[in-house]
Amino acid sequence: MDLSAINWAVLVASLMVAATPILLAALGELVVEKAGVLNLGVEGMMILGAICGFAVAVETGSPLVGFFGAAAGGALLALVFAVLTQVLLSNQVATGLALTLFGLGISALLGQGYVGIKPPKTEKLDFGPLSDLPVVGTILFNHDYMIYFSLALVAAVWWFLRYSRGGLILRAVGENHEAAHALGYKVVVIRFAAIAFGGACAGLGGAYLSLVRVPQWTEGMTAGAGWIALAIVVFASWRAFGVLLGAYLFGGVTVLQLNLQAAGVAVPVEYLSMSPYLITILVLVIMSADRSRAALGAPASLGRSFHASN
Amino acid sequence: MIHLVKRPQPSRAWSYATPVLAVLMTMVAGGAMFAALGKDPVEVIRTIFWDPLFGEFAFYFRGQLLVKAAPLILIAVGLSLGFKAGIWNIGAEGQYILGAICGAAVGLAFYPMEARWLIFPLMIIAGALGGWAWAMIPAILKTRFNTNEILVSLLLVYVAEQLLAKMALGALRNPDGAGFPGSRNLSQYASASNPELIAGSGMHWGVVAALIAVIFGYVLFARHMWGFQIRLTGESPRAARFGGVKPTRLVIFCLGVSGALAGLAGLFEVAGPAGQISIDFNVGYGFTAIIVAFLGRLHPVGILLAGLLMALTYIGGEAAASNLGLPSAAIQAFQGMLLFFLLAVDVLTNYSLRFGKGEVA
Amino acid sequence: MKRRTLIAAAAALAMGGSAFAAGHEPLKVGFIYVGPIGDGGWTYEHDKGRLAVEAEFGDKVETVYQENVPEGADAERAMTQMALQGADLIFTTSFGYMDPTINVAAKFPDVKFEHATGYKRADNVSTYSARFYEGRAVQGIIAGHMTKTNKIGYIASFPIPEVIRGINSAYIHAKKVNPDVEFSIVWAFTWFDPAKEADAATALIEQGADVILQHTDSTAPQAAAESAGNVITFGQASDMSEYAPMPRVSSIIDDWAPYYIARTKAVMDGTWASVDTWDGIGAGMVGIGEISDAVPADVKAEAEALRDAIADGSYQPFTGPINKQDGSVWLAEGETADDGTLAGMDFYVEGLTGDIPQ
Repeated sequence: MDLSAINWAVLVASLMVAATPILLAALGELVVEKAGVLNLGVEGMMILGAICGFAVAVETGSPLVGFFGAAAGGALLALVFAVLTQVLLSNQVATGLALTLFGLGISALLGQGYVGIKPPKTEKLDFGPLSDLPVVGTILFNHDYMIYFSLALVAAVWWFLRYSRGGLILRAVGENHEAAHALGYKVVVIRFAAIAFGGACAGLGGAYLSLVRVPQWTEGMTAGAGWIALAIVVFASWRAFGVLLGAYLFGGVTVLQLNLQAAGVAVPVEYLSMSPYLITILVLVIMSADRSRAALGAPASLGRSFHASN
Repeated sequence: MIHLVKRPQPSRAWSYATPVLAVLMTMVAGGAMFAALGKDPVEVIRTIFWDPLFGEFAFYFRGQLLVKAAPLILIAVGLSLGFKAGIWNIGAEGQYILGAICGAAVGLAFYPMEARWLIFPLMIIAGALGGWAWAMIPAILKTRFNTNEILVSLLLVYVAEQLLAKMALGALRNPDGAGFPGSRNLSQYASASNPELIAGSGMHWGVVAALIAVIFGYVLFARHMWGFQIRLTGESPRAARFGGVKPTRLVIFCLGVSGALAGLAGLFEVAGPAGQISIDFNVGYGFTAIIVAFLGRLHPVGILLAGLLMALTYIGGEAAASNLGLPSAAIQAFQGMLLFFLLAVDVLTNYSLRFGKGEVA
Repeated sequence: MKRRTLIAAAAALAMGGSAFAAGHEPLKVGFIYVGPIGDGGWTYEHDKGRLAVEAEFGDKVETVYQENVPEGADAERAMTQMALQGADLIFTTSFGYMDPTINVAAKFPDVKFEHATGYKRADNVSTYSARFYEGRAVQGIIAGHMTKTNKIGYIASFPIPEVIRGINSAYIHAKKVNPDVEFSIVWAFTWFDPAKEADAATALIEQGADVILQHTDSTAPQAAAESAGNVITFGQASDMSEYAPMPRVSSIIDDWAPYYIARTKAVMDGTWASVDTWDGIGAGMVGIGEISDAVPADVKAEAEALRDAIADGSYQPFTGPINKQDGSVWLAEGETADDGTLAGMDFYVEGLTGDIPQ
């Protein structure tokens, strides 16, 4: 009936869980786009990661090994995209969409033997008495290792893009691949690495769904999360902490609308279901209306093919 | 070492040969996959590519090919305008839904009045307007606030899906439907239906509209100022601006046309083959059309052929799934492969292969 | 040329499967599924029914199926293609296939069609559905006894009569054994989205629900309940026994096998006729999954007694006095609901809070 039924600390903790798959996938895509490549196949790489991670975890009994398997699966599919777009110079938008189609199909084939199985449990990290702290303990010290990994990855990507030499080269490739090439950087190699990283992250995001958040394997279980990840990269103006903010905001609105319903707040449900998307658009508009900021983020070579010999 | 050298001009011969090559390569790779699944690869490939066209029941499937291809072509022609100019409408699925909702709403508002000359044309206008209006949201946000149109159009797909569910359960629900979701069946309401024009042919007004759209697209690019401006903007935005192209108007035009065509596709589908507004009315034509647009190299005639090829893999794939007990996932993976190969060999059109040591790696 | 082929087409369509259907062996039975057979819920159970038909008749039947068939034009094509290929009996297993089934059936008068959960019939189209609300009554009894917080969470899919019946039935019976019980209903607006279902279950649990009922198909809510600890759930569509004995304490199982076998047999024997079947626990179409040891023996006994009473027809879950949510009388003392009202149920019973989304 009233909002007091909602435990806000618990809500924050569960929005972190809800947001982590898209956070991981969006971080990967951020690096890919910073290298000047637009890979719309995030959904396909996520779902392949979801089944690879699930299958490996079930076979080995270890979720950790499962996550490695997921990263490998996602990266492998991403390499198909890399070969097509970087070597064979195919259109990135179309190739990305084809990647999604292929990923959805192949994951369903691989997953046929894994329906109705429970994966090994990914344990929460043990922080001892810290976990029992009110509010802070619930929000900060009561998660599985992938949540902390994803947060560490945000910081790592931020540092890499901003301060490291590798990040500088990556950005240079994304801004102006001809100039980067003229300076002697191997544009195609760098982009291959970025695309593979993006695939691995998407795979991890998918596996977080199938191993922790849901946890089970079912066909099509990503249900559009990959597309949201793509939206969040632009929403973030191509900044790592913006991705974090975007993913948590989206996860937050999703979880909040379910909580409002559960609390019996009389808001029309169907509008609540639309709200995560509408609010994302609204924030997108507000951020992009500030032209100076929006213009900073987008890599200038985004989506354009690069061919070295001319 | 093999390396690529850009052709001064795209090779005409290769542009015809590459699709054939890609289909052949897909047959080999896909055949291997089907064999791995324990099916006879030759039989599967024949079921997908041959039977719908020339098999025992081809008389039925040829018509279905048109039914399946029409919305893809209609939407893809519209999208190709924007894509050429670097305006990315990824949300045709949402515009398709809105076209269907608006068109169906107009038709249902008149129920049970019989006046086909009035109602059906009004529905067509409403369908086009619905799709157009939904596309105007990203267009206006783009021109006013510089908001990225890829994302807004994409996010609006999800909003449109929620709206569709709401309409199927609420305002447009069939009052005689015993409380079940879904509207009245428009194909059973003569004034609002989009029937087959010749029985068994699969030919309906949506197919006609798709053909008109192809011609319209062709004329636009070949003869019209707008077509020239679109091409120029895509190739060199700076030159276009100096050449007097107004980017704002171009964004509004391209998104508007693609939205209206997607809306039309939705209207013709809901009044004809689908028959009613239901929660799961949309089946992904808006997304598949993006692929069709690129497979057709953003050229209206290419899109026509690509749409038919795509429809063939759907229809043949369904037949293979049902007759040979293949999982539908295998068909999806097969379609993905076909697209990969089509995109991969396309390189031969624009580049030639040189063997031996190149001076630039 | 066009014209000739078209005439041939029309003729062949009109003749339909008659060339094939006349008492040949083996009998070909087709199934159209709305989801993948690996969804672990709705379609999975229909496919189990198909496999049961194969097991029952062996060489005398051949079954074909097509999964992931969207409702609308694609469904019509899938059915036509099965009929053209000589299917004698086709089960179309989703509500949205209703008009396509009727359309295709009109073109193939000699092929028998069976449409699940719809209300339109024809000479060669039967309809069948299950009284899942009977199972909900049993769940309600268990839920009412087991809840300690008196708060029961309900993950609903879409606001359609089938779902509303389930909510009402569960609520009436939970209230009967525990007058303090409250229902929190979350509309997910999806049949199947594991991530969203998990989030919905988590939200309900966080707000104090210790029993979760679901009308969506994935096991995600079960997993959420398991990790929360002291929360119980019920399997939906499938037994979901991998989550027994806790959190899953029982389940509603869709068991289509007896019906599919009977209908296939009827076609073989030439006794098939168009009927409208709405079976429940009694006929075995709705199964109550094993009530686990997490439920105290007396509660289990009470639930099983209710199940048996519903099965033998001595008790109807919607028996008055029952008022509607607004307080007006729906059923007087001893009155039972008629099938027409149940089929179109669009209101909550008294005591439930919130509005049904419109």
